Amino acid sequence: MRAGLLDEDATVVRKSLAVAVATGTYGITAGALAVAAGLSVLQAMALSLLLFSGGSQFAFFGVIGAGGSPVAAVASSTLLGVRNGLYGLQVSQLLGVHRWKRALAAHLTIDESTAVAVTQQRTRQQRIGFWLTGAGIFVLWNLMTLVGALAGSALGDPRAYGLDAAAAAAFVALLWPRLRGRDPLATGALAAFVTVVVAPFVPAGIPVLAAVAAALVVGLPRRAPSAAQVDR
Amino acid sequence: MSMWVAVLAACALAYALKLAGYLVPQHVLDIPWVHRVTPLLPVALLSALIVTQAFLTDEGRVVLDARAAGVAVAVLLLVLRANFLVVVAAAAVTAALVRAFF
Repeated sequence: MRAGLLDEDATVVRKSLAVAVATGTYGITAGALAVAAGLSVLQAMALSLLLFSGGSQFAFFGVIGAGGSPVAAVASSTLLGVRNGLYGLQVSQLLGVHRWKRALAAHLTIDESTAVAVTQQRTRQQRIGFWLTGAGIFVLWNLMTLVGALAGSALGDPRAYGLDAAAAAAFVALLWPRLRGRDPLATGALAAFVTVVVAPFVPAGIPVLAAVAAALVVGLPRRAPSAAQVDR
Repeated sequence: MSMWVAVLAACALAYALKLAGYLVPQHVLDIPWVHRVTPLLPVALLSALIVTQAFLTDEGRVVLDARAAGVAVAVLLLVLRANFLVVVAAAAVTAALVRAFF
């Protein structure tokens, strides 16, 4: 029994560290792409330290890099962060944290820490998984952001190194695992279509916000209850 | 709005959303349409960001250039289950090579 528990601890520790290294390493792109979009090294670091959510960070400098307004950048970044709120709803049940620990747990609530936590069977491993994955990514993500930002500002013209294509590829890699099923595919296709149609007529940054309509068009109507209930 | 104000506003809003999950009672967010739309939000935004970043000019017109070549290589590598860094680096190298030689 005791050995079994320790085995399970070791398994979740290994998994957390593997996820932390894999995810933390690509903080280097968060730094490089931020300075390529025109942010300073300090601003890149502020986003990694204080915002700490890859998708939202990439969205922020994606909009800025395309010439969009800071307001549109904040809006895109914030809309991408909505999912973290739902993650918090899930993991707050598992963690049972209060006061400063809750404030800290909230900051570490991202895709990966949530995924590792909710895939564990027991409360003990769920908590180990959440804290170790979250803290591990936080440390590495910020170190690598600094490396990427310093390297990026030393490189000069980001287009010569294909960093604009790297930013697009980062979005593709973030989208890829979310495309399972009919609703996500329909949403992705409709969002791309909306972007292409409105882009010539509105300022940069706005097409991305208009594309949110795709999520509403696909997600809101659910008249046939059968399909929705099978999902649960 | 200065860039710093935008950076700090984005940080504050991101944290507020994270914390809301811990503070808001479960039933408030446990509405069926919220659960259907929320996972689709990142899909819509990322799809739009890909189009903007890879296929549009500064004037908002569709164009196929070095960036599209980079994205094509990225998709190929994702099909082959390559990891994130490999995908991103390969896209950059592809675009840089296309620009250097064409």
